[in-house]
Amino acid sequence: MKILILFAHPAFERSRVHARLIKAVRTLPGITLRDLYEEYPDFDVLPKLEQPLLEQFDLVILQHPFYWYSGPALLKQWMDLVLEHGWAYGKDGTALKGKYLMQVISTGGNAHAYSPEGHHGHAVYDFLLPFRQTAALCHMEYLPPYVVPGSAHIDEAELGRYADGYVQLLQSLSAGTADLKALLREAEAIAPGGMPGQLPARFS
Amino acid sequence: MSNESFFYQALVYLATMVVFVPLAKKLNLGSVLGYLLGGIIIGPALLGLIGQSGQDLMHFAEFGVVMMLFLIGMELEPSLLWKLRAPILGLGGLQVVVTAFLIGGLAMLCGLPWNEALVIGMILSLSSTAIVLQILTEKGQMGSAAGQSAFSVLLFQDIAVIPMLAIFPLLAPAGTTVAAEESGSLIANQPAWVKTIVVLGAVFGLVIGGRYVVKPVLHIVARTRLRELFTASALLLVVAIAVLMTLVGLSPALGAFLGGVLLANSEYRHELESDIEPFKGLLLGLFFIGVGATINFGLIEQSPWIVAGLVVGIMIVKFLVLAALGKLFRLSRDQNLLFSFALPQVGEFAFVLFSFSAGAKLLPQQLVDMMMAVVAISMALTPLVMLAFEKFIQPRFSNASDEEEREADSIDERHAVIIAGFDHFGTVIGRFLRASGVPATVLDLDSDRVDLLRRMGLKVHYGDASRFELLKSAGAEQAAIIVIAMATPEKNLEVVEAVKKHFPHLRMLVRAVDNADAFELMNAGVLNIYRETIDTSLRLGTDVLKLLGRRAYQSQRAARMFRRFDEKSLKGLSAFRDDKQYVNAAKERIEELQKMIQADAYTNMMIRDTGWERDNAEERN
Repeated sequence: MKILILFAHPAFERSRVHARLIKAVRTLPGITLRDLYEEYPDFDVLPKLEQPLLEQFDLVILQHPFYWYSGPALLKQWMDLVLEHGWAYGKDGTALKGKYLMQVISTGGNAHAYSPEGHHGHAVYDFLLPFRQTAALCHMEYLPPYVVPGSAHIDEAELGRYADGYVQLLQSLSAGTADLKALLREAEAIAPGGMPGQLPARFS
Repeated sequence: MSNESFFYQALVYLATMVVFVPLAKKLNLGSVLGYLLGGIIIGPALLGLIGQSGQDLMHFAEFGVVMMLFLIGMELEPSLLWKLRAPILGLGGLQVVVTAFLIGGLAMLCGLPWNEALVIGMILSLSSTAIVLQILTEKGQMGSAAGQSAFSVLLFQDIAVIPMLAIFPLLAPAGTTVAAEESGSLIANQPAWVKTIVVLGAVFGLVIGGRYVVKPVLHIVARTRLRELFTASALLLVVAIAVLMTLVGLSPALGAFLGGVLLANSEYRHELESDIEPFKGLLLGLFFIGVGATINFGLIEQSPWIVAGLVVGIMIVKFLVLAALGKLFRLSRDQNLLFSFALPQVGEFAFVLFSFSAGAKLLPQQLVDMMMAVVAISMALTPLVMLAFEKFIQPRFSNASDEEEREADSIDERHAVIIAGFDHFGTVIGRFLRASGVPATVLDLDSDRVDLLRRMGLKVHYGDASRFELLKSAGAEQAAIIVIAMATPEKNLEVVEAVKKHFPHLRMLVRAVDNADAFELMNAGVLNIYRETIDTSLRLGTDVLKLLGRRAYQSQRAARMFRRFDEKSLKGLSAFRDDKQYVNAAKERIEELQKMIQADAYTNMMIRDTGWERDNAEERN
């Protein structure tokens, strides 16, 4: 399937995790990378430009750091402006029907922090509810997120493993070899406190 | 139709203006020379379309000179004069006095009587304001030291015309009754000292009248709100002054000048200026056509070498005086050269003063004819002289300084960015880049500014960025980006061409003044074009919306939308170089734009901006 990565990072020049992930996947065939903060430094997202673009892809990946339990401001601006009534949702809004949505995020906290006993009290997946429901409203299938935890302290070797995992995930998705049904089931089965991101063996 | 009918005359003169002035402008000769050329061609020497009527015309057209002096008088704001008092009085004053005495002395050596020699010296000390200001503005040098000095000198010269007109009658040889134009004078037969007293009295009367009569009258007229009545009053004012002055045997031009000065600070100044300006332009045009028509070519044919010698001699003397004074007033070498090369021609006022002095029997008609030709030729030579100066002399001097710089340059000081042009526009770019940790190499044409920046520790080259050597020494080979921000579009285009030719790898970011200018740059293949004022104008517009109570975010968004649209339509319009096509396309785009940004732009924008429409707010709130 054709994959579009919508990448949103307001301080990419200082990023370690995303710099590594982007570097790993940017040249993969069948992948289109769109750097939102580079395209729209003035926040004036152009729906008329974005919509036809989205229509060309089968899978939209939102890649971003996890800020305040959500995405960076521009990603929200993009959603506010592009996902129009009558196009993305509503009575005649079927432009995205049958497409897949997936998030690739980095969190400051580690797996434990995002658990009921942890610092944040909920699983990352729970915090992603607005995105999940956005996908549902736009008739899209929400794939389980790919999470890189503890971004502040992650060591190079670990980061490398995450980058390789990301590449393999994209390759199998783009080649159509990934078991989408299993992935969707996994998304549904993730229990609160569960931590998708430690990839199942089928990707390694 | 009889040849002498008024309409036939008007036809000939107006047609001459319309044909020759654009032609002269195209050849970079300036409008004054266009009028002269036209006059020469329709005059008795060539086509003979105007015969004796040329003389009658001169009487009528001299009124243009009167108006010009009125306008110059109005330009003289005391505050400006005060600010520039040192260069105007010092540099300007010395230039006129020294040149007048030098040329006068030379004329006496040639056997002229002292009074004629002095008159000629004074007249020839003047330079052409119109031509010089045009040239310096085109070169973007008005702000430089040379430009400021030239401006001061020209201003003083314009003012100096007044005392000259006042002194000339006193220099008239005894026994001549003065001046055709003073035939109406009441005091023509009085001795000189009486005249002088009368002159002073008249001037005093003018000052009082101006204050206590003219202003109240203008006030009443202005309140009628009839535009043509105000124009009539403006003309009446000038005519009345001229008539009054003639009655007391003074030059009308002098009176008009004084009248202008009196009104320089009044609230009606701009109104008066814009009313009289077209009349002045037309009449002055006629005047110069008349001068052209009355140039005596027989004389020049008889003695071409004398004329040529006079032209060259006068220009050399003036050049030397200017150069010496420039040095005295601490102009740096290259600025001084520019200053001295710009001003050695004789000015358009010389025609006025020569025809005045011929009328006043100050100078023999033959000599005046000769001088008129000399003045015209010296003006015509100015653009050529400037061209030669740029091509052969300027490079030599700036090369010398480049050599010195090049030794001081070390390779590790090469920067990725070059900024060509560092006036208010370029400085902001430079400062911003510096604040962002990006050093840049700066090139500028204003050597004083360059010195200042050097003292501040910036690496700046003086010189013309359209020259290969300078670009090379500034590190254009190693640089990646050049910001072209010279003061004039012409200069920017030159730099663009030079960069395209010698350093095609450089990314060019170019300053443009307006759309027309941007099209030129697009045609030259420039991709990054920045129109000077668009962002500032839009920011101001944004603030207007905000002050009217529009939400700040929507105001800003509207401005950015407008600019995107504007850039798009600019690119679209650049495809239409044919004016008619352009106008139609522009009309369509303007209509589209109006549709988009009209009074209720809010709703219109929301049609494009459905992101925050009620429909899209999930909560329907």
